[in-house]
Amino acid sequence: MIQSSDSIRIKYFSLRRCFTYVSLILAIVMTYWATVAVEFSATKLFEGLPYMKDFLSRMWPPDTKILPRVLTDTLLTIQLAWVSTIIAAVISLPIGFIAASNICESVWLRRVTIFFLNADRAIDSLILALFFVSAVGLGPFPGTLALAVHSVGMLGKLFADSIESIDPGPVEALRSAGAGKLSTIRWAVWPQVAPHFISYFLFRFELNVRVAVVLGLVGAGGIGFLLTQYMRLFQYQKVCTVILVILVLVMTVDYFSSKLRRSVL
Amino acid sequence: MGIKASSLSKSFDEGKTFALKNVNIEISQGEFIAVIGLSGAGKSTFLRAINGTNSPGTGTLEVLGQNVTTLSGKSLISLRKQIGFIFQQFNLVKSLSALQNVLVGRTAYSPLWRSVTGCYHAADVALAKKTLDSVGLRGRYDEKARHLSGGQQQRVAIARALVQEPKIILADEPMASLDPKLSEVVLDILAAVNQQKNITILVNIHVLELARKYAKRIIAFRKGELVFDGKPEALTEAILEEIYHVDKATL
Repeated sequence: MIQSSDSIRIKYFSLRRCFTYVSLILAIVMTYWATVAVEFSATKLFEGLPYMKDFLSRMWPPDTKILPRVLTDTLLTIQLAWVSTIIAAVISLPIGFIAASNICESVWLRRVTIFFLNADRAIDSLILALFFVSAVGLGPFPGTLALAVHSVGMLGKLFADSIESIDPGPVEALRSAGAGKLSTIRWAVWPQVAPHFISYFLFRFELNVRVAVVLGLVGAGGIGFLLTQYMRLFQYQKVCTVILVILVLVMTVDYFSSKLRRSVL
Repeated sequence: MGIKASSLSKSFDEGKTFALKNVNIEISQGEFIAVIGLSGAGKSTFLRAINGTNSPGTGTLEVLGQNVTTLSGKSLISLRKQIGFIFQQFNLVKSLSALQNVLVGRTAYSPLWRSVTGCYHAADVALAKKTLDSVGLRGRYDEKARHLSGGQQQRVAIARALVQEPKIILADEPMASLDPKLSEVVLDILAAVNQQKNITILVNIHVLELARKYAKRIIAFRKGELVFDGKPEALTEAILEEIYHVDKATL
């Protein structure tokens, strides 16, 4: 017979255990509460199935006649994502250096910058798009502005993080050789962070293509805008074409972006 | 000229522990000095005080006729460019070529636009190549630092220090990350430039035999204090015991 020792016996009624039980019960209660709040209903879902089938059958076959128009707007979406990512990268570059503790000596300047970057990330690009649409009108321009502004929050933070994680050795070597701040950044910091910057830039571009599609829904131009138009006119076969093109677009951009990113790092 | 420290002290945590404690020493131009002592005894702090990369402590430290403890900005830069520094971990920029790494040593001598764009003066490039030749890396100019072996990387780092045409070279355990055989290569290069160019060499060494073999003067630190300063022959067993004795309490 195996002797039970107190040290290895699980104590089901210890304080820690009780805390775990309470948390578990709380989680179950909250999930139930939330499910009721969102009016989750399995019956409704089943009742909806025929309508879904109807919707899908009316989408098929996709209307290929509109393909030229769809591709033109797809190009616009890519251009929108590209320009906004470029603008964001240019703005984020100096911001990243200011937000990095190993470059910027002023604690306050750094804190204020990081605060703005955090605040910027907290405001979704969709909200920014609504704001810019009301400011400069419909079209791809407000979408570009929204994406650019929102991307600065993420790129600035990622740039700053990669600057902070460099090997400090070369920096010390340059300082010891009497190099000034700018030369030190150019030769000790930049060669170490540039591949990461390019990688983050491509990643953000990838995200921006996806977000740019969604921004079209609020009137900020591109293929998403086309999608809402066809939806409103109940032209489901055209909707289908647009959705398929979006699918191909996102997958293609993801594929090439991740390939490129792997080659620079 | 040379180096002269008078009651140089530097402490952490407000005077409880000293990195350097009341150090007095005079070093004349062209000496080859080995600095020995346990890790944390103050060897690195002393070297980094000389080129002002450590924040100044109290007392005075005169290097090449200037008081380092009061220098800042431009005058500190103009002192540093006359002092080469060699690191244990080489501190090269791994993604740059050997030549680009060496040219880093010329930034302080070049106008800002040249050093930032990397368009160094032809004379600087020629000097950098010649220096790489002199450390045995002829024809390896364009190789990325990360593709070089440890010994080769350290020679690039030595070339980077030499290309500054320095009056002083400070080497902080330059052989510690190399094979024992390569240690002598590094020290041979330093001994040669010491003789040919009258460059003052201060090298932190933890291998005593090498210190004895190369240095004409050895100084030793213990808990920030200078506990020995003399010829290698004067380094007796009793003194070594005092330098390297490890307190049980500090272990």
